[in-house]
Amino acid sequence: MSEGARPAAIRTEALRKVYPAPSGGKKRTGPPGPPAIGRGGGPTPPNGGNGTGEIVALAGLDLEIGEGEFFGLLGPNGAGKSTTIGILTTRIRPTGGRALVAGEDVVGEAAAVRQRIGVVPQRPNPDRSLDVLENLVFHAAYFGVARADANAHGIRLLETLGIADRARAKVDELSGGQQQRLMIARALIHEPSVIFLDEPTVGLDPQARIGLWDILRELHAAGRTIVMTTHYMEEADQLCDRLAIVDRGKLLALDTPGALKEKAPGGTLILLTLDGDAASAAIAARDVAGIDHAEGEGSTLRALSSRGGEVIPALIRAAEGQHRTVKDISLREPSLETLFISLTGRTFG
Amino acid sequence: MSAAAVAVRDDMRRRVSRSGVFLALLHRDMRVARKELPFFLIRTALQPLLFIIVFGFLLPKMGFMKSDYTATLLPGILAVSLTFSSIQAVALPMVQDFGWTNEIEDRLLAPVPTRLIAAEKIVSGVLQGFISAAFVLPVARLIMGPIPGLSFTQLPEVVLIVVLGATAFSALGLLLGTAISPQQIGLMFSVIIAPMLFFGCAYYPWSGLSAVPFMKFAVLINPLVYVAEGMRGALTPGVPHMPLSVSVAALVVIGVIFWILGIRSFERRAIG
Repeated sequence: MSEGARPAAIRTEALRKVYPAPSGGKKRTGPPGPPAIGRGGGPTPPNGGNGTGEIVALAGLDLEIGEGEFFGLLGPNGAGKSTTIGILTTRIRPTGGRALVAGEDVVGEAAAVRQRIGVVPQRPNPDRSLDVLENLVFHAAYFGVARADANAHGIRLLETLGIADRARAKVDELSGGQQQRLMIARALIHEPSVIFLDEPTVGLDPQARIGLWDILRELHAAGRTIVMTTHYMEEADQLCDRLAIVDRGKLLALDTPGALKEKAPGGTLILLTLDGDAASAAIAARDVAGIDHAEGEGSTLRALSSRGGEVIPALIRAAEGQHRTVKDISLREPSLETLFISLTGRTFG
Repeated sequence: MSAAAVAVRDDMRRRVSRSGVFLALLHRDMRVARKELPFFLIRTALQPLLFIIVFGFLLPKMGFMKSDYTATLLPGILAVSLTFSSIQAVALPMVQDFGWTNEIEDRLLAPVPTRLIAAEKIVSGVLQGFISAAFVLPVARLIMGPIPGLSFTQLPEVVLIVVLGATAFSALGLLLGTAISPQQIGLMFSVIIAPMLFFGCAYYPWSGLSAVPFMKFAVLINPLVYVAEGMRGALTPGVPHMPLSVSVAALVVIGVIFWILGIRSFERRAIG
């Protein structure tokens, strides 16, 4: 995947976003607000907290996404994924740096950027005053698509997505999964060249998820540039040409899924859940033969083993030596997920 | 980079005109307004109509009001319904659209400047104010009977006042709808709208306030005063009223201020 060969569909340079300190009093339910704070637990300050209460959502992100590329953004909650999507879709103003989509600046040429993008939001937000097909036809009209074309194309899209029978339904009558499919249809109705999807399969049943994957593969095959954030490793692995792993507003790794998996730390990742703080047990675990690395975060002890599960009895003894009881054990073979955990220090989802 | 540039030009072939997008947005709002027309009329016209029944019909019949009071009341009632409907037609949908699902996003993604999307909301409010006024006027005339001095010879002036008033209040609706949290929307009606209606010279002429000089000047900050007085000047010129030119000038100034504040507030809300 040589980056130079393809022209850039999207480029960000030192992109920064800092949300002001929440003022407590007049809280507004605005657009994709400051991202939720990571659930890592423990005493770490929230998300790049700098003492003033400001939230640094993006701390200088450089990305280049090629035309026709299927690009995945992976990261825990609060990593800055939604903020990145928000800036690229012109809905959030960056604090610093710049971002270009299809060669146009997202701040200076916002309208030109919007002309070329389709957006599937994290939470379905259809126009509730309109019925299903009207949602598509009016959205198309906002992009200058003639009514007759939009009608025909809208029905085709609804058929592809399996909700054509709901064309005249009120959107409130749709299930969550159906609303999500309507959002996908809406993102495609004006035939954008770049499509953004913010965790599109959250809340979909497995069957609908596979159905969406097929649609995304088709769009990719048709040459669209697709940028997707996801919580699901398998999804990222199967669909994306390249993946960026981000956390706390920074890019931690960027490569093809295959190359990233090769970068995953060798050995088996063992996660022990203890009945109390894991710090002292982690120090003890480092002396266990076959453990290359061990650290504690909250009540979780993470250890990297070069001897697979063999080391588990010794690990349990080490924890018990620190007066901790092991409540749960899980093993992870080298994968995107173990790479992710080793990079971010956090489990996924 | 050059290939991307080519792709850009390619996309531009289906270049959308701003006016086209504006009309599509307006079409959407009119479609929704038509679906909700009965509720819209009840919401905006019922209160003025109740006033008409009590003050324009019952009290004159009972002899508590002089029958020529209706000539003072009718323009005021029109001003009230215009105000009420314009503010509500913009503020209420804004609260919903920017609510937690943020359903206005499908319009914010339209390839036009965000300002234009905000301006469309104001225009849609003006149209709905027009509809409300056009509904209340004949009904009021029907209930109150013949109104002394009512004349339609100054129709262009009537239309001018309606347009200016509806614009000012739609822009105010945009400001309120985007600056106030959904929880405070009820408060908005009791703290802002209700005092505005009662101290807006809708139910009494401004000149009558000479009896309470302090009030006569205090109410001048209330935009409704200029709509009500302007309506009197245009519809029932026999009733004492401010010079039309003063009403028009005041509404232009107020309209420009609310327009700027409303659009700025919308943009702040739309772009994170």
